[in-house]
Amino acid sequence: MSVTVTTPARRKNYLNADYGIKSWLLTQDHKRIAILYLVSITFFFVLGGVMAALIRVELATPLGDMVEPDTYNRLFTAHGVVMVFLFLIPSIPAVLGNFLIPLMIGAKDLAFPKLNLGSWYVYNLGAILMVAALLRGGTDTGWTFYTPYSSTFADSEVILTALGAFVVGFSSIMTGLNFIVTIHRMRAPGLTWFRLPLFVWAHYGTSLIQILGTPVVAIAILLVAAERLLHIGIFDPALGGDPVLFQHLFWFYSHPAVYIMILPSMGVISELITAFSRKRIFGYKFVAFSSLAIAVLGFLVWGHHLFVSSQSIYAGLIFSVLSMLVAVPSAVKVFNWTATLYQGSISWQTPMIYALGFIGLFVVGGLTGTMLATLGIDMHVHDTYFVVAHFHYIMVGGAIMGYLGGLHFWWPKITGRLYSVFWSKISAGLIFVGFNLTFFPQFLLGYMGMPRRYHSYPEEFQILNVLSSAGATILGLGYLLPLIYFTWSMRYGERASDNPWGAYGLEWETSSPPPTLNFDEPPVVTTEAYDYLAMRDKKTAA
Amino acid sequence: MQGESSHSWGLAHHFDSFDQQREASNLGMWVFLVTEIMFFGGLFTAYVVYRSGQGAAFALGSHELDITLGAINTAVLIGSSLTMALAVWAAQTGRRKAIVGFILATILLGGVFLGIKVVEYSAKFEHHLVPGPNFHWNGPEAPGVEMFFNLYFLMTGLHAAHMVIGMGILLVVAILAWRGAFSPENHNLVEGIGLYWHFVDIVWIFLFPLLYLLGRNIQV
Amino acid sequence: MWKNVPFFPEQASTLAGEVDALYFTFLGISVFFGLLVAGLVVFFAIRFRRRSEDEIGRPEKAGIWLEIIWSVIPLAILLAMFAWGAKVYVQAFRPPGNAIEYFVTAKQWMWKFQHPQGNREINNLHVPLGQPIRLTMTSEDVIHSFFVPAFRVKADVLPGRYTTVWFEASKVGTFHLFCAEYCGAEHSMMGGSIIVMEPADYEMWLAGRDSGPSVIASGEELFKLKACNTCHRSDSATLAPILHGVFGEEVEFEGGGTQIVDENYLRESIMNPTAKLVKGYKPLMPTYKGQMTEDEVLQLIGYIKSLASDAKEDHGAVSDSSSPDPVPDEG
Repeated sequence: MSVTVTTPARRKNYLNADYGIKSWLLTQDHKRIAILYLVSITFFFVLGGVMAALIRVELATPLGDMVEPDTYNRLFTAHGVVMVFLFLIPSIPAVLGNFLIPLMIGAKDLAFPKLNLGSWYVYNLGAILMVAALLRGGTDTGWTFYTPYSSTFADSEVILTALGAFVVGFSSIMTGLNFIVTIHRMRAPGLTWFRLPLFVWAHYGTSLIQILGTPVVAIAILLVAAERLLHIGIFDPALGGDPVLFQHLFWFYSHPAVYIMILPSMGVISELITAFSRKRIFGYKFVAFSSLAIAVLGFLVWGHHLFVSSQSIYAGLIFSVLSMLVAVPSAVKVFNWTATLYQGSISWQTPMIYALGFIGLFVVGGLTGTMLATLGIDMHVHDTYFVVAHFHYIMVGGAIMGYLGGLHFWWPKITGRLYSVFWSKISAGLIFVGFNLTFFPQFLLGYMGMPRRYHSYPEEFQILNVLSSAGATILGLGYLLPLIYFTWSMRYGERASDNPWGAYGLEWETSSPPPTLNFDEPPVVTTEAYDYLAMRDKKTAA
Repeated sequence: MQGESSHSWGLAHHFDSFDQQREASNLGMWVFLVTEIMFFGGLFTAYVVYRSGQGAAFALGSHELDITLGAINTAVLIGSSLTMALAVWAAQTGRRKAIVGFILATILLGGVFLGIKVVEYSAKFEHHLVPGPNFHWNGPEAPGVEMFFNLYFLMTGLHAAHMVIGMGILLVVAILAWRGAFSPENHNLVEGIGLYWHFVDIVWIFLFPLLYLLGRNIQV
Repeated sequence: MWKNVPFFPEQASTLAGEVDALYFTFLGISVFFGLLVAGLVVFFAIRFRRRSEDEIGRPEKAGIWLEIIWSVIPLAILLAMFAWGAKVYVQAFRPPGNAIEYFVTAKQWMWKFQHPQGNREINNLHVPLGQPIRLTMTSEDVIHSFFVPAFRVKADVLPGRYTTVWFEASKVGTFHLFCAEYCGAEHSMMGGSIIVMEPADYEMWLAGRDSGPSVIASGEELFKLKACNTCHRSDSATLAPILHGVFGEEVEFEGGGTQIVDENYLRESIMNPTAKLVKGYKPLMPTYKGQMTEDEVLQLIGYIKSLASDAKEDHGAVSDSSSPDPVPDEG
């Protein structure tokens, strides 16, 4: 394809095309918007992380001796709300997806650049509402806003927080809409659906969930706010409402939302595994379609959050069996990744360490997920630390490992700089060990019967809680390191070549960092996805 | 980021052709309407759940609504969809003044709809049928009737909010049209707002029977 | 055999062993597959490590049979686990016929229990060993969840509605009771103990306390106090349906529809009498919403249920009337 000339120094690119704060805040360049998102979500990741640290300190002793119970409740709510709505949901799509999808499909930008910039402002508006709620004392309903506690009983900033979540939801819808149209209409000549990188497939599935699920939780949250403001009873049984209806509406979105968090991460992992094995992924179509299968099946399993919430036994049976089905495409992905390694040329670079770590953690998270979907087990471990551990394995072990792996992989493309190999490997190791130490004990705690959202607990649970808190310290350190060496690399890092990993993909054929319109010549695709053989032949021919 | 010299006026820098731009704009609008369907879908679900439990009370509530005004409004809204479709036709055929005229007619009809809605709402206020502390209903069905009016105000209110937003956008589009911003190749904005307006119309086509008609046949 | 393994709670109910068997089987399968994947990943990553800078992997044709195998085998295992889990779940939510009914009212942040004999307890519940016990539960405010890890049972407790859970304790001792659904500031304090006693000890414990009137007696008292008996007579069905034997039967509604009379239906009929009008009756009954505590509603329902069993056993030996009434018997 297009010949890339590496002129390392003063080449025009999207970063030096224009200077000044205005050139950033009014940019319509998807790459710059991705950077804006990166800054925002990093801030909220740190904020959510501080909350998590406070929670773990409180739980180091059985007595609730550090903060008041009410403060504790506001802490874990803030942790959940910030991490889910302001970090995890936008993380990979809005940063990596935003940056990479146009590059990967050979487009100059997303289909709607203004909408893209708008989504960032909407995100920040929602974030400001949530921070305002936090500054006014916070919310104590948990990120799930269960009624009638949230609608009638809670004496905290429910409306502001709910409104924030509502607004942030629209930013997520805007991103999803943009991706869908872009993937449909903006592909380079020759880039058929089955030549698309799997990262793009995963984001297509994610976007479907964003546009179909987000509006439903938006209306549910709006109703809670209306109920508090106008004293009408949609969910409050004292006023004739049904509190469980809220749970249905909430989980109809929020279960698929879990896949908003994990699917893009799976897309990243597919890219990493194939790039660092230098080999076409095993079972391309199966991996691609499993993303869609997860997106679709994800909408049919919300009831597994209500096995013990007075749902009828028959509903429980149906949701249980459907939840088992959704495990199959996830398993298919894991097996295909593993098979891709076979006879690959495997390089132990930092992103690959994240990818391999992801597989391990995701397998644990996924298998415990199927245990939770098993009715007879769920009625014991529902709402215990077993659930907490499970979803942290998916959302932290899965989503964040994927996010960090992707960031390490595409960092040279995004900034044109390399980072410290040594420190990045240390940090990957710390995160893996710290993560397991933090959350594995929570599985045991859950089976022992420790309920979630407990500010104090019986003494016999202490040993495992101390272990978990100790692990959190290591995990925190592991997260701190990339913050430092990435910041360092932006100024002092060695300049990166256009394709430092020798990876396949259109994004590696343009310069690092790419020019404002992404490609000097519009690319034309002539080979299948991840065709490393063709890539080598072309190289030797040149 | 100005368009390159090869780019025609009105074609955004990142599109290769007007076709691509129009297809993208259309698809974007459809995807947006899908999210809107899901948005209203949550309310429709709540309606179905509560109606199935309290059918009699919902029928009583239904009787309190003014079916004549509702029917007039339905006709007004269908009329506005017609003028909207004509505006799109005018844009396709490049009739600048006709676009403006039909859009203004659409806005006018939308205004009539909202005016009638205001009359209906104020009547509910007077009859203490607005949920909340002032709600008053004689009879044991009070909770069910109040739930009906909760949903009535939420659903029609959300619908009205969509109309207000739509009318605002229409006004902007009319000004742009007056300035000659649209051509037969490039009038995506008109088509987009047209789709949106039809969608809002269709939502009402569902609301009207669900709220005004269903349960009328039951004698109370 | 698992008795001395730490890290899982005591097995103190007939259900506990079954849940544990399911759990540990599933755990075994999970560990097997987890280690298999992890082992392969590590092995491949080392065996196929990159040996020269420009080396590339050797692509192979994707084997469709391989994809089928690794889709179908997990699916089959998962479906088997589903079936087993469903069996345990159905068992856990279908109380046996001989279960004794206790009433539970939850509120921020305490548990209130009432024994059928009338004893009331707060946060602690004494129960006899080896006796199936069914809890009919409701909440006075927000959603709570009744959770006894040693029994492996959990069920949400909802406002405005009844949920049930049952267990049969298999071990004498004191076991944690937790609220598992987040319910506000003191959520983590909303716990207590379930004290399992030998039946004889339980009888002594009951006898040693002033129990007050039994649930049925209290309900009967309320039935008169609230003047239910003026319309719901046992000898005349003109004003209101006869309640004898109505529990567990199917009723037909005005305007179509039928329902089996259960606790939730009775509750709805007291709180919102016109919601489902029994065929042939006018909407005359006033609502009792806000006029009775949750405890009282439960007592009243307990009494109405007792009418059912009375009717079946000895045809309406009820206080306000001894006349044989035309209650349709089940026979």
